[in-house]
Amino acid sequence: MSTLDKSMSLAGEPPNALNTNQKISVLIGMTGLGILILQLFNLQLGNSALWLSISLLLIFLGVFLFSQAAYAHKHEGIKNDGVWFKSISSRGVLGWLTGIALTGFYIVLYFYPEYLGLVQDGDNKGVIALFDPLSKALSGNPASQWFVYGALYTLGILAFGIKFMWKYRHNGYQRLRTISVMFFQTAFAFIIPEIMARLNGDLPYYDLKNMWPLNYYNFERYRINGFIDAGDIGLAMLFFGILSIFVISPILTYKFGKRWYCSWVCGCGALAETVGDPFRQLSDKSKFAWKVERWVVHSVVVFVTLMTTAVIYSYLGNDTSKYWLTKSTFLIGVSVILTAVFAWVMIFKRDQLQKDAQYGAIGYFTIIAVLIGMHFFSGDGNIFIFKSNTLRTTYSFLIGSIFSGVIGTGFYPIFGSRVWCRFGCPMAAILGFQQRLFSKFRITTNGGQCISCGNCSTYCEMGIDVRAYAQKGENIVRSSCVGCGICSAVCPRGVLKLENGPQEGRINPTEVLLGNDVDLMELVNRK
Amino acid sequence: MQHIVIIGNGISGVTLARHVRKLSDKKITIISSESEYFFSRTALMYVYMGHMKFEHTQPYENNFWKKNRIELVNGYVEKVLPDQKTVSLSNGDLIKYDALVIATGSKPNKFGWPGQDLKGVQGLYSKQDLEQLEKNAPNKNVCKRAVIVGGGLIGIEMAEMLRSRDIPVTFLVRETSFWNGVLPSGESEMINEHIREHHIDLRLGTNLKEILSDENGKAKAVVTDKGETIDCDVVGLTAGVTPNIDFLKDSGIELGKGVKVNRMLETNIKDIYAIGDCAEQHEGIGLRRPVEAVWYTGRMMGETLAQTLCGNPTEYNPGHWFNSAKFLDIEYQTYGWVFSERNKKEYEEHFHWRHPKEKLCITIAFHKDTHEFLGINNFGIRLRHELFDRWLNEKRSVQYVLEHLKDANFDPELYDSYEEAIIAKFNQDFNQNIQPKKKSWRRILKLA
Repeated sequence: MSTLDKSMSLAGEPPNALNTNQKISVLIGMTGLGILILQLFNLQLGNSALWLSISLLLIFLGVFLFSQAAYAHKHEGIKNDGVWFKSISSRGVLGWLTGIALTGFYIVLYFYPEYLGLVQDGDNKGVIALFDPLSKALSGNPASQWFVYGALYTLGILAFGIKFMWKYRHNGYQRLRTISVMFFQTAFAFIIPEIMARLNGDLPYYDLKNMWPLNYYNFERYRINGFIDAGDIGLAMLFFGILSIFVISPILTYKFGKRWYCSWVCGCGALAETVGDPFRQLSDKSKFAWKVERWVVHSVVVFVTLMTTAVIYSYLGNDTSKYWLTKSTFLIGVSVILTAVFAWVMIFKRDQLQKDAQYGAIGYFTIIAVLIGMHFFSGDGNIFIFKSNTLRTTYSFLIGSIFSGVIGTGFYPIFGSRVWCRFGCPMAAILGFQQRLFSKFRITTNGGQCISCGNCSTYCEMGIDVRAYAQKGENIVRSSCVGCGICSAVCPRGVLKLENGPQEGRINPTEVLLGNDVDLMELVNRK
Repeated sequence: MQHIVIIGNGISGVTLARHVRKLSDKKITIISSESEYFFSRTALMYVYMGHMKFEHTQPYENNFWKKNRIELVNGYVEKVLPDQKTVSLSNGDLIKYDALVIATGSKPNKFGWPGQDLKGVQGLYSKQDLEQLEKNAPNKNVCKRAVIVGGGLIGIEMAEMLRSRDIPVTFLVRETSFWNGVLPSGESEMINEHIREHHIDLRLGTNLKEILSDENGKAKAVVTDKGETIDCDVVGLTAGVTPNIDFLKDSGIELGKGVKVNRMLETNIKDIYAIGDCAEQHEGIGLRRPVEAVWYTGRMMGETLAQTLCGNPTEYNPGHWFNSAKFLDIEYQTYGWVFSERNKKEYEEHFHWRHPKEKLCITIAFHKDTHEFLGINNFGIRLRHELFDRWLNEKRSVQYVLEHLKDANFDPELYDSYEEAIIAKFNQDFNQNIQPKKKSWRRILKLA
């Protein structure tokens, strides 16, 4: 039966029609947003600092009061009443309108910032000018479209983070996790890089928690030069950037699963968990979607690896006397690392991979090997057939802008909140690979208590069919799981728990659940 | 090729079909008139509450059945004809079987109340019941008040559902405290409080006398045995369920409350079996009842019978009792046996702990003399099933269980834990000096 259309009909209206306080808070928040939108038309309001403060404050207050009106008078507990009846959260008219508006905003932001008032070599106008005072206070520079975006992004995470904590206030894990993403966004992604820019003008903008390959540009020539020119601090940061890929992240992922990053630290994750929370149930759980996800996300990793290799390669020289790292040494180094990883997986972890994953790994490895081999036959600047610059711009356009921004966030109300993390993020794929193969993290299931109700799967933002595992009593070890903990929270029978335990028996398919006498369990498991 | 016909596509019938397919190539047919594909009945409430769409309650994608060669017939079985090894459907179709499995589940109890068949009066069990409720109580304007009769798990679920749409609910409970035939008094009392906090008008010790009709044959009010008339638009009858076996009356299959089966899940007629809610053991297994309408017992019977049908005769042998439920916001789990005051065994002693502020409590039952651990009820705290199953097998003492309670905690990370407080209370109540042991993965996973 479809109860989906109820919100559009006269009878059977959604149970959660807005109460009076919520209507007032919508008005407050929309007024704040309205001020920003008025700026698009280049209205001169006078004191930018004042109007910006009023606008941001009203938006924050609107969301804050809205959440208070929604949750404060209710008991602690799961609050998904009417989610599928509301137009905004069930791909109704409001959902589509929001999706279109967000997508439009991203397109303007990435490709037409002049419509927001960005002026090259001159004073900003419009919305961007409104943010100038804040930007100048932090970094001393006038605002850019990225600064405006960063400020709004942070505001969204803070305001909706509070909403999220209110909604899950009975749940210590959710509260702390949300505080963590709010902190990392505000401090590491927003304020610290700006202040660093002020203290040391030559240092490239560096969000420390944002590591390669998410910041695929980290090893480009201008940044490397920036780091090196900035002296010890710069070198330390460059070193940290490399360390975080090869040492810090594998260790943390071993201990805690990829959740330490994806749902506690990452900015994209932070936005998905807070602003995107009302849309988490929209992710596609079909087997087909899972297959697409595996191929797409791993292709992105391969692409980003090739691209970074090509980019670094392009500015290295051939002369060892000038600099120890030459084109050839670098390529050999990359080949050795990739071969080592590939060999390790194929020798020790092959059993844990599905057939198509094995084929994929072999295929990708061959491609990389061939391309690197071609280095010795191609001319300078022409690496891997393509120009490194072509690769770089293709990636930054297709993945960096279209996928991570326009689709990833713009389509929240259509495809759920983690489209980017699921299908596009190379970082998530690499961490997921580590999580799948050698982490202590898994989601355990509680004996035979599962009643297959499907709350866990419905609310999994990563599109994992959690129930399929839970009803078999299997631990859940999936590359894509970001450990948000919502499956465990919404389970009415307390079946699921996120655990960092010993690796023994982490992946243990059992076909019969606890409850039957032991003989039957043994019999079926023997098969 | 042997043809196995299963009547009913609930958890027991579907589990049976899946396992038969795993073990063999037999032809499998499932007949159901309730829904096209298998869905989780226990999740129906979430559809009405808007947490999920109906599709989300279906554990398998629609192409699963074809892929696994499980034939689905949408039909209502009117008669079973054991002589001809045939079932006849209401549309006149006849289906021949080599083995027949009855897995028709339950239907809501009706105790002959005057007016129980009026419009607006309904139970909550099937998909059709849910559709009916959507019609009867779409919102608080159409349904100005609902009265729910029966103080069990379905009753409280129905109350929660209606409250999610702001519909005022009066909840008539025959017992003097909610579910106190099952729960010890401390727990039952806590749930009473919780129900009232959710603005449900809970009337304890109150029976339904009759349902009054308006001029259109629709329920307009209920009269209680206390002489009170309560105006309402919907009456929910949730006073338990009985096996859904009326269509078997003249089939020659031995019936009691349900379809009588032995431990092999065989009926009195060869090649006819019954599993799930509708099956009745000649005698209860252990302290279990002969008919157990629980999700997991249906699943287990399906797993067991699949073995028998595929050439490995296996007795139905459920392990230790366990169950779980959710009362509005409070999760409940139970492992082993903790009986209510009414059904308590003479050797059974209880330890009860309740949090001073939060809605959290546990009750542990143990043997008065031997201190053997018998069972635990936990509310608002999650505990690990596997460990309690093991401890019950090993006949551990209550002291041992408390000492290792931290191993058993299954709450999400970063939750407050209460083992220390629980043990302190136990030490005080029973003059003991138990010290909690630190959580150990080695013990939990039995790593040597």
